[in-house]
Amino acid sequence: MEETTKRELVLHVNGERRSIVARQAETLLFVLRDGLGLTGAKPGCLNGDCGACTVLVDGTPIKSCMMLAIETVGKEITTIEGLDDAPIQHAFVRHFSFQCGYCTPGFIMNAHALIERHPNADEAAIQEWLESNICRCTSYQEIEAAVKEVLEAKKAAPTDP
Amino acid sequence: MAVGKSIIRKEAWDKVTGRAKYTNDFKEQGMLHAVLVTSPYAHARILSLDARRALAAPGVHAVVTGEGLPLTGEDMRDRPPIAVDKVRYYGEVVAVVVADTLAQAEQAARLVRVVYEPLPAVGSPSEALKEGAPLLHEHLDRYEKNKTTHPEPGTNVAHRTKIRKGNIEQGFAESDVIVETSVSFAPSDHIAMETRCATAEIWPDGTIHISASSQSPFMIKKLLHTYFGEETGKIIVHTPLVGGAYGGKAPVQLELLAYLASKAVGGRKVSVWNSREHDMITSPVHIGLEATVKIGATKEGLFKAMEILFLFDGGAYSDKAIDVSRAAAVDCTGPYHVENVFCDSLCVYTNRPYATPFRSFGHCEQAFAVERAIDELARTLQLDPWEVRRKNAILPGHTTPTQVRLTKSNVGNMPACLDRLRELMRWDEWQRVELDAYTVRAKGISGGWKTSTIDTDASSGVILTFNSDGSVNVISGVVEIGTGTKTVLAQIVAERLKMDVDDVHVKMDIDTQTTPEHWKTVASRGTFMAGRAALAAADDAIRQLKDIAACVLRASPDDLEVGFGRVFLRDDPAIFLPIKDIAYGYKFPNGNAIGGQVIGRGHYILRHLTPLDPETGAGKPGPEWGVCAEGVEIEFNRRDYTYRIVKAYAVIDAGKVLNPKAALGQAMGAMSMGLSFASREGFLFDKEQRVLNPQLRTYRPIRFGEHPEYIVEFVETPQIDAPYGARGIGEHGLIGMPAALANALSLAAGVPLNELPLVPELIWRKQKGDSYGSV
Ligand code: FES
Ligand code: FES
Repeated sequence: MEETTKRELVLHVNGERRSIVARQAETLLFVLRDGLGLTGAKPGCLNGDCGACTVLVDGTPIKSCMMLAIETVGKEITTIEGLDDAPIQHAFVRHFSFQCGYCTPGFIMNAHALIERHPNADEAAIQEWLESNICRCTSYQEIEAAVKEVLEAKKAAPTDP
Repeated sequence: MAVGKSIIRKEAWDKVTGRAKYTNDFKEQGMLHAVLVTSPYAHARILSLDARRALAAPGVHAVVTGEGLPLTGEDMRDRPPIAVDKVRYYGEVVAVVVADTLAQAEQAARLVRVVYEPLPAVGSPSEALKEGAPLLHEHLDRYEKNKTTHPEPGTNVAHRTKIRKGNIEQGFAESDVIVETSVSFAPSDHIAMETRCATAEIWPDGTIHISASSQSPFMIKKLLHTYFGEETGKIIVHTPLVGGAYGGKAPVQLELLAYLASKAVGGRKVSVWNSREHDMITSPVHIGLEATVKIGATKEGLFKAMEILFLFDGGAYSDKAIDVSRAAAVDCTGPYHVENVFCDSLCVYTNRPYATPFRSFGHCEQAFAVERAIDELARTLQLDPWEVRRKNAILPGHTTPTQVRLTKSNVGNMPACLDRLRELMRWDEWQRVELDAYTVRAKGISGGWKTSTIDTDASSGVILTFNSDGSVNVISGVVEIGTGTKTVLAQIVAERLKMDVDDVHVKMDIDTQTTPEHWKTVASRGTFMAGRAALAAADDAIRQLKDIAACVLRASPDDLEVGFGRVFLRDDPAIFLPIKDIAYGYKFPNGNAIGGQVIGRGHYILRHLTPLDPETGAGKPGPEWGVCAEGVEIEFNRRDYTYRIVKAYAVIDAGKVLNPKAALGQAMGAMSMGLSFASREGFLFDKEQRVLNPQLRTYRPIRFGEHPEYIVEFVETPQIDAPYGARGIGEHGLIGMPAALANALSLAAGVPLNELPLVPELIWRKQKGDSYGSV
């Protein structure tokens, strides 16, 4: 049934070219996880509600359960595995911003993009960005502390990329 | 040293880099996928099931159905793993389709034809108890059950716990006032971000390999034996990191389906992974409740008697709901001294998803009922609700509802928690203020306590192995579900061995073949039980190290100390041996050797626990009672009935805080979960008891930005027999939140709010209903 609808895709993931054969109907999330072994992005609802599957597509946080893999051809995909020592990762560790860690990759990708895109984000902007992800373990206060710390540090040293 | 410091969790960097692996992250070539076919009715007879088209679909290997399977259940075996003849809740599994890929299994699942004959559905405990209500289990008398389960055949009562303490009539006779309050809420869900998942594979030698996102890997082993007669020694359960559990992963369900599915395909590896929708309703849920609390008190607000009726909505099968209903009964009064107590706690069958533990195990439910009643009592007597609680606070020397005498060690300091809460909240300054014509701010408080109602023979083991560099591996059966317990165990071991916690490594994954058993990772008992086992293991290792060093240093082991990576002479530390030189035994210069790898072993079993007396409830259900006092401050809009939770407070007696930041995280996370449950969570049912909102879009937990400011403090009254005095704290944050929120909103809106979730519509309905005399 599916064999006929499979095709080869070439994706740019974390700075590498990866080619993979997948069903055309396959979501980016499943191709990343099952096809490329990048299991950092997590399935939480497959319905765009929880944000656990968030990755960056051309720098924009996208719920990878809501995007077909085929749509990302020619775009730059960054997953949590592609983050290299980002300040937000350190801040999450320092502030105990996670417990079970299942929501963490999604939250970090979203927060990372926020910090990159809007280093001057105010309360309202932070909320608007981060309310798309659910964390069931923490109180969000720990996540808020981490994000704000990185934003503050960025403001204090604006030349530091 | 290591204890009392905010040590970063050992798996922190795995988690922020996406390298942490959960059950569904382990994929294997050739692994088959199973999809559940579930019932569209809450109560119906299954007339026929035709799987032929599904079996003919591409990639399909098997369709597993329920005929001939044993009944399952931990306290009472009332649940077929796959429904036969009859379905009893919306979402119940009727067949399992196994195919090469998930997509193929999903497509084939739609081809399974089931013909049902709908039956009238029972929607709430009170409905289920009505004369002539449809029976969910006609053969309640035939089910196998343990000695502590007391079903009432011919009714929908799965179990009744009775608490009889003192003389209730006399208590009410001595009371100046009696208030009665009724509360209710529907079942809701845990919503761990990782949905439940299990894989099973049966090897040609007969060994059964299960991998599961579970709080109870050792229980899986035991139950596969009990239900299917498999040899316990041949069952190996692997549990990697778990993506949130909150009690919802304590029951054993998908593991049985994975096992059956693997059996149906010749032992090949099969994965069963819940969709969010199935995870919410097909797998067990957070229990619902209808309760009535009657408090008798003197004019001064001193409690004389409490009569409590809990009708727990256990759903279609009793699972652990029986235990939850018992746990609420055991602590039914809350952390207050009441001489005369009469409580009936019923676990009632309804045609709703079946219930299982939810963080706080019956206690946020108990507290919501009793603490609402206490506020009503205070209002009736025109007393300060804080004063009333303070006056009745439980103390050493008092007895619990199950007649356990409390000591300075086995109960926390309730007055201290209340006193500190009052200061933190600035309680005396105001409790209700009108900011403008529409905006009201109000505060509400709640007490809380909890012991763990767990098996009287629950035990835990720890093994410490040494590496040749002198570092240590901690191997414990506690599952890392997010609570950071394994890191705390490393701290405990480092403290005892006087070594750097960085040199203590922990094994995160559980493999029941090589990991010593820890009963279940529930009930906030990980630190206590595994902690005691870890201390015993460390002492065992110290003995071995001293024995080897004693030979080499030609000194009595009694004169030696272990610490700082060395074994040294107590009176002359300059004479020592590095641990790394003896961790694998000691080799003398001439090649002779003594000792061998140092392997510390320790275990701990709870002591002096007893089952409850079936008539009076007398008995010792758990080792200690942790206490807390909590509060909420809200801002309520009288025009549109919306509100904002401004601040949430908790003062918890932690015994001893082993890891401050981790402890804060546990408390705040639990508070968040409690506020989310109380303010916006709950299943919506239609008249046929179908769940209308099994999705995170329509069932919406608290999100970033909706969180209040959290203010948490700990009181430290050591539990003498616990590691460094630490009490369980993983659940207390939750206990008081629903009650405190309801108390604050009732004060703000000026109308008793005794239902959950506290959505604006409910507040509006209650206000209108009261003023117009009907709803
Ligand atoms: S899995 Fe994509 S939003 Fe939940
Ligand atoms: S850390 Fe568990 S869901 Fe966020």
